[in-house]
Amino acid sequence: MSGLATHPAVHHDRGFVTYLWSTDHKVIAMQYLFTGMLMALIGGFAVYVFRMQLAFPGQSVPLFGRVSSGQYNSLVTMHGTIMIFWVAMPVLLAAFGNFLIPLMLGCDDMVFPRVNRLSYQVFLLSAVVLVASFFVSGGAFGGAWTAYPPLSANAAYNLTRYGATLWVVAVALEFVAFLLGGVNFITTAMNSRAPGMRMFDVPIVVWMIVIASILFMASVGPLLAGAVMLVFDQVLGTGFYDPATGGDPILWQHLFWFFGHPEVYVVLLPAMGIVAEVIAVFSRKKLFGFRTIVYTAVATGVISFFVWAHHQFVAGIDPRMASLFTITTLIISVPIAEMVFCYIATLYGGSITLATPMLWALAFVAEFLLGGVTGIFLGAAGADIYLHDTYFVLAHFHYTFFPIAIIGAFTGITFWFPKMFGRMMDERLGKIHFWVTIIAFNVIFIPLFITGAAGDHRRIFDYSGFPDLATPGLQRLRITATMGLVSLLSVQPVFFYNFIRSMVRGPIASANPWRANTLEWSAPSPPPHGNFAELPVVYRGPYEYSTEDREDDFWPQHLPDDSPTPVASVGDRRSA
Amino acid sequence: MTSRPIATTRNVMGVPTGRLAVWWVLASETVLFGGLLGSYVMMRLRHGAWADQAANTNTWTGAFNTLVLLTSSLSAVLAHQAAERADGPKAALLLRCTILGGGVFLMVKAFEWTHEIREGFTITSGLFWSFYYTAAGLHAAHVVAGMVIMFIVSLTAARNEELHRVENVGIYWHFVDVVWIFLFPLLYIAK
Repeated sequence: MSGLATHPAVHHDRGFVTYLWSTDHKVIAMQYLFTGMLMALIGGFAVYVFRMQLAFPGQSVPLFGRVSSGQYNSLVTMHGTIMIFWVAMPVLLAAFGNFLIPLMLGCDDMVFPRVNRLSYQVFLLSAVVLVASFFVSGGAFGGAWTAYPPLSANAAYNLTRYGATLWVVAVALEFVAFLLGGVNFITTAMNSRAPGMRMFDVPIVVWMIVIASILFMASVGPLLAGAVMLVFDQVLGTGFYDPATGGDPILWQHLFWFFGHPEVYVVLLPAMGIVAEVIAVFSRKKLFGFRTIVYTAVATGVISFFVWAHHQFVAGIDPRMASLFTITTLIISVPIAEMVFCYIATLYGGSITLATPMLWALAFVAEFLLGGVTGIFLGAAGADIYLHDTYFVLAHFHYTFFPIAIIGAFTGITFWFPKMFGRMMDERLGKIHFWVTIIAFNVIFIPLFITGAAGDHRRIFDYSGFPDLATPGLQRLRITATMGLVSLLSVQPVFFYNFIRSMVRGPIASANPWRANTLEWSAPSPPPHGNFAELPVVYRGPYEYSTEDREDDFWPQHLPDDSPTPVASVGDRRSA
Repeated sequence: MTSRPIATTRNVMGVPTGRLAVWWVLASETVLFGGLLGSYVMMRLRHGAWADQAANTNTWTGAFNTLVLLTSSLSAVLAHQAAERADGPKAALLLRCTILGGGVFLMVKAFEWTHEIREGFTITSGLFWSFYYTAAGLHAAHVVAGMVIMFIVSLTAARNEELHRVENVGIYWHFVDVVWIFLFPLLYIAK
């Protein structure tokens, strides 16, 4: 290319300010990761406070004090908002997307490094706006993370005039950040693959992140338009969602869930991809049905645009429409189930190592399965009318979102930690953290399935005013759930200790400690700016584990057929 | 100019990376306006009475603006042609003609809105007007953004640098046109 520098990108980033302005994809990935972790602490603290209030209503919560009903609303709203938009998305999509896409595709950076930087900066701004909303008069938004009007549109109802508007602005900014990031992810994956890398040589996690980015891009527009209308309703006094002026509150529900349901898959697919990588590596087996998994992901993505009204079965939608959405909702579980079967088939007959990342990956499959199965009840309009807005729904989507956002993130962090920081994490601490987290998670949400089925409504601040629900039996279950939560939170310092200590003092990691095939493992740990000393060329698919006639049980993508470790025949392998 | 990563110069799909990115941006913009206009159409179908409010929009002003915007796209296409011939200065000049077209469009809009607001039709005068100002306002914001980007592109193009950007910003501008082509009948013609 005439005049353009075509050497691997070289940067000189030193010091905090240059760090903030770095265009290196790995730095931006870390920025997203650490911001996400920080927001997770805020979201975690919020849930601690309101769960304590539910278990011990009216009593002073340690580290917080007495919870007022207004604060309760704010905390619940912010917990949901933060965990979905400021934890799951930045960690799974942005942090892993930024870190892995250029490395796995054998690039020196994203195609638009400065757009990438802008994406993080807009995201950071959105986080600042959101956190700032805690401190405005009236407090943070208290109209639930789904922000249904008229509650969200009218300050007389939500009592958080400024918090409500800041919330919408923060969410809209966050969407802009992810649109910018998504453009980068998609174009990089389409246009900048290493020489020799064909479509199905692209690792599954990159496929998943790209499909997720496309889903996000295709679904978020209507909600952005809806957000503009909502802000106008709040600030200018228009009546888009106000029946008194001919508006329609259900319109928001359509716009929100048209985005909101694909959003589930926007975060699920990257987690699924991370888990698939880990399962293949630690089973030393070719990923079963690679193409099938890709096709099911695409199918899931397409169908996810036709299920949104299953969130609105009790909102007065036409019953005929409800039947239609019941059918599409039940159909969408088919490709996801197929994907899970592929994972189980990969495990079957593998030589499995139960390292910490693998434990997380297996837990993901097991726990997500429970989330998926309980979703069938809610997808069927008849059952949903009874269960709607109870703790059953809450337990269901936590059985999907916790595996996605938390287990999926831990899978990825423990697996790629050596690549990210050049050091190994401590296995023993990792396993302690794993087991306590997983057990505590189930202790939280299994009781909530039961209270939900018994009729516990989700949006109640204090059950003592409801004789049917204020029984000692139900209260015991609520306390059990809260105790589970406290144990879950109290073990997280083990992770942070392990994370920080390993970053500084862990054993030095080799370039490829897990003996994996994908291209990121051919770069040094941690990869320098520009990633590869010499940009790799790809000779085969990403999952050639335990190939017959080879001494090693792995066969990295970048090794030519006849070089370093191989023995005997290279058979019908492609020679390009 | 700037040193680019090798990733940016790769071209596996055979479509230049910049153009590819612009198309993806437009995909997200399409659903943005799609959501807004879809909401408008669905609600308008249920509220025949909106026609009385719509009767107050000035079709001729809208038609004139349509003409202005479409004409400005012509110079964007000619700029692209000039860029393909590697004639940067001419491309820059033509892009600035397009910016001028956008300016005229916004000016007409400003007079039109001033008139309507003086008549008492504000964003809170009824749901039709809410949609009218929101949709046209969102579109106008895109016109402004396009003008700013086009000006920046014209600066480099005048120095015969980064000429591929001329086409990319043109694609965006045509999209802004297309949105208006939907807005004009929906807000002005449908009385």
